[in-house]
Amino acid sequence: MTPQLEIVIIAVIVSAACSVLGVFLILRKMAMMTDAISHTILLGIVVAFFITESLTSPLLIIGAALVGLLTVYLTEALRRTRLMAEDSSIGIVFPFLFSIAIILITKYAGNIHLDVDSVLLGELVFVPFDRLIVLGRDIGAKSLYVMGTILFIDLLYVILFYKELKLVTFDAALAAVLGFSPIAIHYSLMGLVSITAVGAFEAVGSILVIAFMIGPPVSAYMITDKLRNMLILSTLIGIINSIIGYRLSVIFDVAIAGSIATVIGITFLIVFITAPKRGMLTIINSRRRRKIEYAMASLLLHLCNHENTDREEIESNRHSIYQHLNWSKKFLEKILYKALNLNYITLNNEYLKLTPKGREYAIRCYDDIGYSI
Amino acid sequence: MQKHVIEVEDMTVAYEEKPVLWDIDINIPKGVLMAIVGPNGAGKSTLIKAMLNLVKPISGKVLFNGLSYECQRRYIGYVPQRGSVDWDFPTSVLDVVLMGTYGKIGWIKRPGKKEKEKSLDAIKKVGMEEFVDRQISQLSGGQQQRVFLARALVQDADIYFMDEPFQGVDAKTERAIINILKELRLRGKTVIVVHHDLQTVKEYFDWVALLNTKLIQYGKVDEVFTDENLRITYGSTDRVLKGEV
Ligand SMILES: Nc1ncnc2c1ncn2[C@@H]1O[C@H](COP(=O)(O)OP(=O)(O)OP(=O)(O)O)[C@@H](O)[C@H]1O
Ligand SMILES: [Mg+2]
Repeated sequence: MTPQLEIVIIAVIVSAACSVLGVFLILRKMAMMTDAISHTILLGIVVAFFITESLTSPLLIIGAALVGLLTVYLTEALRRTRLMAEDSSIGIVFPFLFSIAIILITKYAGNIHLDVDSVLLGELVFVPFDRLIVLGRDIGAKSLYVMGTILFIDLLYVILFYKELKLVTFDAALAAVLGFSPIAIHYSLMGLVSITAVGAFEAVGSILVIAFMIGPPVSAYMITDKLRNMLILSTLIGIINSIIGYRLSVIFDVAIAGSIATVIGITFLIVFITAPKRGMLTIINSRRRRKIEYAMASLLLHLCNHENTDREEIESNRHSIYQHLNWSKKFLEKILYKALNLNYITLNNEYLKLTPKGREYAIRCYDDIGYSI
Repeated sequence: MQKHVIEVEDMTVAYEEKPVLWDIDINIPKGVLMAIVGPNGAGKSTLIKAMLNLVKPISGKVLFNGLSYECQRRYIGYVPQRGSVDWDFPTSVLDVVLMGTYGKIGWIKRPGKKEKEKSLDAIKKVGMEEFVDRQISQLSGGQQQRVFLARALVQDADIYFMDEPFQGVDAKTERAIINILKELRLRGKTVIVVHHDLQTVKEYFDWVALLNTKLIQYGKVDEVFTDENLRITYGSTDRVLKGEV
């Protein structure tokens, strides 16, 4: 396997692992927490490193997971005092734990490769140098196996506990009543997030970990309204983003992590604007359409209300009706044009007259409105 | 057979220093449709949550059919306040109703055909069959409340707790809901409902608990739903009597 291929595969595995868990982080409104965890786990790594004096020990992952959980726990403990909101508590806990880690690194671990830059930005390029040697044979980059295992655990967890994750995320109180401990689900999820983050950030850096955990899930959320599709889409978007990001980094000769993160951002932007149901364009369009529909209905209702009354002549004159409706002349022209086209009204020497079809439409709109209130 | 399905003994709950519920004692007989009424912040939701073990009381205990909550979990249904969940969650009406079956299914296993049919029946019962596959964010408040009710129905419980099921629903939905609650009672279920509209207490319920941190009174509506008791519960008399609360 070429180092290039190894890099791509690792990026793909990391993206899948992060984006699948990210879906639940987004739905649980824990984006900020992801940010915190992906940094504070550094403290776990540093402390575990001091204990084991090795950078390859599995204890590092366990240490990181524990600090991840500690981050969640401290944040919640602070919030439970009701003295501060959740985001402020994260703002206290995250820098606190992270800065302890930084102090420890700069003071005592000056000459190991745990430098702050590589933690934040990662260095995918170097990943293939760290080989896994079994029985004297080189069987591939170590990250490949570490992240592969983590991805497998993540997927297994989400598939096995899909129902529980859904219930606890949507309605924690009902989950508790039905006997599915929300706390167990919450902390197991956050434990996996920590483990995934620590496995991933060695390779891609914590910024990209955050980008993977938040970006693809949010994009998927814009596109679909089914949880299962959201999980699948999020994973796919993560994978595609990392492949495109890698290609671009080669073409433009820039950092891989930065390139992938940028692609994730751009993907979100595109989805945000063009998503079929919740995208900006759709929303603007449907707002405009609804405005026209309501305007049409109110014009027809206005005519309907004054039909066969002594004010009919005044109220249905095409040159004055915009004043009664408090519309601009231009807007009235537009609606009139549409109404004439749809055969809802006819023009009878400057007077607007409802057709039977128009009358029926007006009455139906009126009933609909009454019903929906 | 135990005479009381729910027994609450000496229950006190506090979130911070000040107790929200003070020394509550209630015994609820089987098969009643009971309203819990009281002003905002009286502790009505807290009382339900404490009974369901969702908040931990400082003191006191709750027994269902003489047993602890854990043993009786599968006989208990719960409808939380509508505003307590995120209605933008990516899921459909059917999916939410299916959640009511999770308790009986247990961990890891998935709902099957039987559960699906049961859920569809419940959805029909609350008059939401047109909306089975509708994304839940596209429902009106009354429709959301109906979905919650359907979800409770599939729980197939003996004792139901409902927190303000009439909140923000129109007269038609309110009637549909109360008919279903009355039917549950006819089938021998016990239904406890947090209720806000004092005008309809007499018409809808046969039992009532008047709550304001302490339990002012509880029992048959005819006996305890008196002006005097309402005055104590709500403090200021005139407003209560004029029906402004
Ligand atoms: N999680 C909480 N932490 C701290 N205090 C709380 C919490 N939940 C409720 N309270 C307080 O407990 C008291 C009782 O609240 P509860 O929600 O039980 O009232 P309620 O009778 O249901 O009111 P409403 O009619 O407004 O629903 C209130 O003063 C409230 O501020
Ligand atoms: Mg309440």
